[in-house]
Amino acid sequence: MTSAIELEDVVKEYHAHGELVRAVKGVSLDIEEGEFFSLLGPSGCGKTTTMRMIAGFEAPSKGLVKLHGQDVTNVPPNKRDVNMVFQSYALFPHMSVWDNVAFGLKQRKTPQEEIRRRVGEILEIVDLVGREKRRPREMSGGQQQRVALARALVNRPRALLLDEPLGALDLKLRQAMQIELKRIQREVGITFVYVTHDQSEALTMSDRIAVMNDGLVEQLGGPREIYERPATPFVAGFIGTSNLLTGTASAGELKIGDGRVLVPGRDGEVTVTVRPEKITIGTDAPESGLSALAGTVSEVVYLGTYNSYAVRLADGAEMTVFQQNAHDATATAERGDSVWLSWQAQHSYVIGS
Amino acid sequence: MRRLTPYLLALPGWMWLAIFLVVPMAAMASVSLQTGNAIDGYAMTFSVSNYTDALGRYSTQLVRSLLYGGMATVAMLAIGYPVAYWIAFKGGRRKSVYLFLLLLPFFVSFVLRTISWNFLLADNGILFGTLKGWGLLPADFHVLATTFAVVGGLTYNWLPFMILPIYVALERVDPRVVEAAQDLYATRAAAFRRVVLPLSLPGVFAGVLMTFVPATADPVNAAILGGTANTMIGNIIQTEYLTNLDYPTASALSFTLMAVLLVGIFVYARVLGTENVLEAAAR
Repeated sequence: MTSAIELEDVVKEYHAHGELVRAVKGVSLDIEEGEFFSLLGPSGCGKTTTMRMIAGFEAPSKGLVKLHGQDVTNVPPNKRDVNMVFQSYALFPHMSVWDNVAFGLKQRKTPQEEIRRRVGEILEIVDLVGREKRRPREMSGGQQQRVALARALVNRPRALLLDEPLGALDLKLRQAMQIELKRIQREVGITFVYVTHDQSEALTMSDRIAVMNDGLVEQLGGPREIYERPATPFVAGFIGTSNLLTGTASAGELKIGDGRVLVPGRDGEVTVTVRPEKITIGTDAPESGLSALAGTVSEVVYLGTYNSYAVRLADGAEMTVFQQNAHDATATAERGDSVWLSWQAQHSYVIGS
Repeated sequence: MRRLTPYLLALPGWMWLAIFLVVPMAAMASVSLQTGNAIDGYAMTFSVSNYTDALGRYSTQLVRSLLYGGMATVAMLAIGYPVAYWIAFKGGRRKSVYLFLLLLPFFVSFVLRTISWNFLLADNGILFGTLKGWGLLPADFHVLATTFAVVGGLTYNWLPFMILPIYVALERVDPRVVEAAQDLYATRAAAFRRVVLPLSLPGVFAGVLMTFVPATADPVNAAILGGTANTMIGNIIQTEYLTNLDYPTASALSFTLMAVLLVGIFVYARVLGTENVLEAAAR
């Protein structure tokens, strides 16, 4: 079976202000049929450029773009069987919702009867029945978002490209739309390629994620894999909150001050990450068999469902620790307290292993 | 006091309009219904025949003015739209430079600009004289004193007023919307026809308004470039008023021209679809 979208060592370079900018420095991806695939990274990492090359708005400087096994590197966007949902929605302001959604079908000379049926169907899926005659500017952000989605989906593209489509919505609506998008994707069964800088969004929705940084893919994998086993310090830092510890290990232990970080079977230079929610904070030195570090609480932030502690270690490094606010919990530490941090060996993840 | 401030700030503007537009208009309306002569003075007789007489005598020039104004407007649209499009979409960082260049001729007086056209188009001037000297043009070739010269002059003189509003409308078109059309299988031509053009219509509407009206009423181009066979209504009004001192006829002609232009504009707005124009503009 051929993949829905293939990028083969795609490079995008352009000149701006007399300088060569390398937006994408060699990206290879294999996106499968029916997959919810995310391109995740900070702004300027090349994710949008990568997507625009799939859509056909930008031509790669090098490399190939294939859709369903066919080389489309030099095919214009109007002849590619993918549709895009733009960050700003890019709805046609002079057309009604109905005409916006019917645009693609009309361009492809679909029979009137079929246009009527398919536009009606898709408006039902995105829950916009009864709003056909509205103009885009008479609608809320969330509704415009759904018009944009319907306008792309009605054409039954082989793949749908979404460029930070929820970026302009407020938090509540964004969360509702995440679930909505996922439902729609299951319903229509189309490959979704989703560009976002919001790691929680990518983790929630994706089957697989490509984490991009500085024009390259840093890691490619499922949400759990990327979260639990970051391949590079960048991924560890970008996805969620992460504590990075570097040093020289001997006999499976990394010594830091009075403490230790267990890295079974490791020797030599290592970088270890540990997630803040895996760490327990306490006043007594923990039993052996746990990683343990001593420090001083420098900040306590109350965050509702949990507290976030900043703990300064003897060597000056700062660790972040999340502690759930359970029903019987009182704050276990105050600012200035000397504390011990401990976690199980399995929660230390050695980067690149 | 706070609530009154906006009204107070607008007051000088309204006063200006009231004094310098409404009062003269009322005076002119009154004059257009008077009879008499320049020596004995004019008296109000509510003579509607001023209008019928003037129209009877000068209908040729009136129709010619509308025709020339219309031709110049079409020419300006044909020349101006691509220029506006180019500046808006391809101008890049030099947009303001191009807009400035567009307005540069306005630093020279309107009459001088038209006279320089006269120089340029003169039968044995720099351009045609040279070409005739080389034998590239027949000796009796001439452009001055033709319809072409007058319409050309009108086109030249008001072109920026056509380009600027169209540019403003095109500038507001989100390039992403054009991309969206192409993404939805529209060719470049279809994307232009279905998306860019409709979104620029408010600019076209404003441009036509700002050029057709003054071009139709203009006396300068016809006077300098048109010779005797291309007299426009503006020239007649000028002559009646300043030379013949026939104020009632001049006033009646002015009002007739104004009425014709107003009716024309309303019909035009209707045809183009005021609702669409205003709606797109309100975006």
